Amino acid sequence: MSQDIFVVVEHLREQVADISHVMLAGARQLSGSTGGKVMAVLLGQNTQGLANSLAADGVLYVDHPSLAEFTSDAYQLALAGLIQERSPRAVIFGHSSIGMDIASGLSAKLGFPVVSSCRNFTADGKFVSQICGGKIMAEGELPAPTALVTMVPGGYKAEEGNQPPAVETIAAPALDNLRISIKQYIEPDTSDVDISKEAVLVSVGRGIQNKDNIELATELAEALGCAVSASRPVVDQGWMPTTRLVGKSGKRVKPKIYLALGISGAPEHVEGMSDSQVIIAVNTDSNAPIYNIAKYGTTVDMFDLLPVLTDKVKQAK
Amino acid sequence: MKIAVPVKFVPDLVEELTIDSGGTALDTSWLRLIINEFDDHAVEQAILLKERGGGQVIVAMSEAEGADDFLFASAAKGADQLIKLTGDFSASNNHALARAYADLLKELQPDLILTGVQAHNDLDGSVGPLLAEYLGMPYVGYVSGLTVAGDKVTVRKEYAGGLIAEMEVNLPAVLGIQAAEQPPRYVAYSKIRQVMGTAKIEERVVADLDLSGGITVSRMFQPEVAERATMIEGSPEEVADKIIGILKELGTL
Ligand SMILES: Cc1cc2nc3c(=O)[nH]c(=O)nc-3n(C[C@H](O)[C@H](O)[C@H](O)COP(=O)(O)OP(=O)(O)OC[C@H]3O[C@@H](n4cnc5c(N)ncnc54)[C@H](O)[C@@H]3O)c2cc1C
Ligand SMILES: Nc1ncnc2c1ncn2[C@@H]1O[C@H](COP(=O)(O)O)[C@@H](O)[C@H]1O
Repeated sequence: MSQDIFVVVEHLREQVADISHVMLAGARQLSGSTGGKVMAVLLGQNTQGLANSLAADGVLYVDHPSLAEFTSDAYQLALAGLIQERSPRAVIFGHSSIGMDIASGLSAKLGFPVVSSCRNFTADGKFVSQICGGKIMAEGELPAPTALVTMVPGGYKAEEGNQPPAVETIAAPALDNLRISIKQYIEPDTSDVDISKEAVLVSVGRGIQNKDNIELATELAEALGCAVSASRPVVDQGWMPTTRLVGKSGKRVKPKIYLALGISGAPEHVEGMSDSQVIIAVNTDSNAPIYNIAKYGTTVDMFDLLPVLTDKVKQAK
Repeated sequence: MKIAVPVKFVPDLVEELTIDSGGTALDTSWLRLIINEFDDHAVEQAILLKERGGGQVIVAMSEAEGADDFLFASAAKGADQLIKLTGDFSASNNHALARAYADLLKELQPDLILTGVQAHNDLDGSVGPLLAEYLGMPYVGYVSGLTVAGDKVTVRKEYAGGLIAEMEVNLPAVLGIQAAEQPPRYVAYSKIRQVMGTAKIEERVVADLDLSGGITVSRMFQPEVAERATMIEGSPEEVADKIIGILKELGTL
């Protein structure tokens, strides 16, 4: 049993994901109350070089052909033994396409509880998780002896280390009978406008109600000479193409102005647009979490506002 | 091909959420519940697979207000078997739930289990992978499309930025659905009414939940916000003028 905090490093195609640096920052704070070391756990094949940018006290590196690409199967097998053997105080995963695939399975396999959607730790080492689309926070003691944690961004700034940590190479266990294999990656479509390069975005959420109403946003965007972007439900309903998606699974944007129309401000959306210079939110729900990050807001109905705003923009030109 | 879809109701986030007097849980007395949107997608994906390759779709959920309506609506869309778990779930946690559903699923022996990628009411995204581990099946989440071929399924797994990984997974498997290949279909109430006459909801009593493995929340609170937005009041015209002012100020108009 140790007081160390493990961080399972997320990386994809030779790139360390931002969330890894956020998790390391969280682990650093947590280690202040546990007294242990921050250990990055890096799995891969010939990916040792990725260790250099990690702000950790040490790196545990496991190299194996079956770890060359992420699959939950191989990752879980490789991690289970390591966690059992070293019994860290906590293991932090991203609350992401990688971390969420493995943390809970390990929880069942090892019998250690899992704390999910953790945003930050308190000074005395409690977890604070974000629930109900960012409307509520839940706090509690980190389960002992070992807690598995999935972490969302927002609580810590991603920071890279300034000197390469010491790397300890660990022999991979037998990775046999794997049930998942990767066939190929499919690149995102780049034929459409790149919303991450726009100075202004008119962004629509579920509040737009239907496909026909998208026209109202398009007219405003045309008047402004900018593009329309969208939240996930709008894309999942087929009202806008995936190329316009802002958020965790879509693009990260940072325009000068982000006009959020009928978007509630769920954490997965906020992840993609919180770096915008000025966010103006139009949402009839005065309690919507979007107002926690917007600079300006209004609860007027967007269907009353849009035609008027579009006219006035045209006149102002 | 037998496909099971465990689904869950969650609070409607557009409503005001309050914390109960104990300070550690949501006040459920006025809470309006709706289907977890990713579960709606999971049901849709299951029906699509059935339409494409034949098979049987089972939808299962725990007792909740509106559960019967949702189950009948699923039947109207094409689900073949409807199951409702009853019992005291008030103190339950994700591990307890997953074990209860694992018992049910061991008996049903589906080839494929589709859950939502996550539900937003509690500490999220756990039940699918927990189920997989308790059933000894592989799990892949963030799935937005899949093809079954023989004893394998090829899934499209989403990563940030629109990158997709195509993965091949041995069946039986548990998949966490992010989005179905097409938006969940709408089904007319008249059709649901029809189904109510013939479809049957099987009730299963879950006694003695094993509660081990959960976590304890000691405090719930509304997020503390550094600075809330400055609200622009007035008529649509006045609000529009203010927004024009901001656009000009930033040199974007
Ligand atoms: C793994 C995962 C990844 C995800 N990735 C993303 C992502 O990349 N991007 C993303 O956006 N989401 C993502 N989501 C979904 C996210 O959790 C939310 O469900 C989504 O962001 C909600 O979209 P919304 O705000 O448009 O809809 P809602 O939350 O339904 O909000 C609609 C809002 O419109 C307001 N409204 C309604 N009518 C009007 C009106 N007439 N005028 C003004 N306001 C009105 C309502 O008050 C409400 O606040 C992801 C979820 C998961 C689980
Ligand atoms: N009480 C429940 N009954 C049935 N299915 C559930 C339940 N809780 C969770 N699930 C399933 O597991 C998925 C993930 O839920 P969660 O782990 O709560 O985020 C949901 O989308 C459902 O498919």
